[in-house]
Amino acid sequence: MSEKKKTTIILFSGDYDKAMAAYIIANGAAAYDHEVTIFHTFWGLNALRKEEQVPVKKGFLEKMFAKMMPRGADKMGLSRMNFAGVGPKLIKHVIKKHNAMPLPQLIEMAKEQGVKLVACQMTVDLLGLKQEELIDGIEFAGVAAYLADASEGNVNLFI
Amino acid sequence: MNVAKMVDAKGLSCPMPLVKTKKAIDELTSGQVLEVQTTDKGAKNDLAAWAKVSGHKLVDMKEENGVLTFWIEKA
Repeated sequence: MSEKKKTTIILFSGDYDKAMAAYIIANGAAAYDHEVTIFHTFWGLNALRKEEQVPVKKGFLEKMFAKMMPRGADKMGLSRMNFAGVGPKLIKHVIKKHNAMPLPQLIEMAKEQGVKLVACQMTVDLLGLKQEELIDGIEFAGVAAYLADASEGNVNLFI
Repeated sequence: MNVAKMVDAKGLSCPMPLVKTKKAIDELTSGQVLEVQTTDKGAKNDLAAWAKVSGHKLVDMKEENGVLTFWIEKA
């Protein structure tokens, strides 16, 4: 069998809708038997946060960041029509109505399909996140690891 | 047609019909036929494109009362 094709996606955005698009493409690419990597950086890291508060030692600034950023995929806002939090509720309602998959399940399914979830170590540190605060089964890496995957990538996206 | 496995993806939206089809076809051996039922209109192009690129053969397709049925032979 020929070598597997590769898809790499950089998830920079912390918006629910954009993350949903990223994860739908990732799941689709996995169904195409691609080796799929989602490289989470900056606000995209919020998709990997655990919902519950994890007791970790942090400085003042890091605590502020932790409070102000959404704790997990389900808490993320919309890129448009967020309406101070009403928008995501509406979207989740129509997602249910149309039997589409909400973001947390899309992430679960991506993991099930063997999509490699990577957290950018530098931005993890910048935002004051700790490894214990992020979901299990992810990897931590930097630009070199991303480029190694992307340079052999057939599909490379920045979302 | 000798159908080895059936996937019921009716009512499900993208990307579920594709993901379920892919999972099911992984469980078949070469030459076996998978039947997929879906109500997702996008699946018409989706599954045809996926079968083509993955090397599987789209043997037949029909549309009846809003239900799309595909028969895919595993490569």
